[in-house]
Amino acid sequence: MDDIDRRLLNTIQSDFPINERPYDVLGERLGMSPDEALSRVRALVDAGIIRKLGASFDTRRLEHVSALVAAKVRPDRLEEAARIVSEYPEVTHNYGRDFEYNLWFTLVCESDGRLDALIEEIESKAGILSIHKLPAQRLFKIKVDFEF
Amino acid sequence: MTDAQIRIVRAIQAGLPLSEAPFDEIAERAGVSLDELLARLREWQADGTIRRFGAILKHHNAGYAANAMVAWNVPENAIEAFAHIATSLRSVSHCYQRPRFEGFEYNLYTMIHGKRREDCEAAAAGIADRTGITDYRMLYTTAEFKKSSPVYFASTDESG
Repeated sequence: MDDIDRRLLNTIQSDFPINERPYDVLGERLGMSPDEALSRVRALVDAGIIRKLGASFDTRRLEHVSALVAAKVRPDRLEEAARIVSEYPEVTHNYGRDFEYNLWFTLVCESDGRLDALIEEIESKAGILSIHKLPAQRLFKIKVDFEF
Repeated sequence: MTDAQIRIVRAIQAGLPLSEAPFDEIAERAGVSLDELLARLREWQADGTIRRFGAILKHHNAGYAANAMVAWNVPENAIEAFAHIATSLRSVSHCYQRPRFEGFEYNLYTMIHGKRREDCEAAAAGIADRTGITDYRMLYTTAEFKKSSPVYFASTDESG
């Protein structure tokens, strides 16, 4: 990754052109040809630095619901429980954490009823000892830009 | 939402193809014209339905290896002031208020990112210092089992 890649990343993290020919616009902004802009983006994807190019939606505006879930599982059963939890397409993030509640995951789905049903099903299937649904009551910040 | 809008969300949520004209393919998949697609995406970007349109990074590989979920016990009357300070920091990517639960008296959650663990610790200590909220708990990631983008309109998706 060189300085040009860093400038490119800083630009396209939050402002990828919504345009018929986005790499023409990007190239113009960054002083390079459209081909170079595209091939640099492709290289950053291949290198695993960019996970995805696209839209991050506001879940609530799409009329979906989400929650963070804190779960306590036996430490020797953590991997197995995590595998079961991760299999659900509604589970977007799933992390082991260094705490008594050692498995924390987030769910996104289309209704509160579905959310509660999923949590109940996961609790029994994954052998969870104790579980708490922690929906966001207020959102103060959500931003994942980094400066390079 | 209209059927066409739902089709657009489904067509674009997996990401743009790496091509010179990536929106052509999305429009085709969604069954709308390119102009309709671009106008809709711009409208959604302007009204906040799309929070961000761009490259989503893998933080591990981008030099931000450490991250901690830090949970804070903040009295109701101090929440606004706490959030104002915490969210002003670049190292804080997310800040939510969530319910407390038995044995866990924390109600504000921040995600803190840093190049090393010590950076996260310093950032949390700095927040404590500036807000006066000293009852907090750092929950480090011990394993990342899954990290993916949400799949919207999944249960009613018949298009495949």
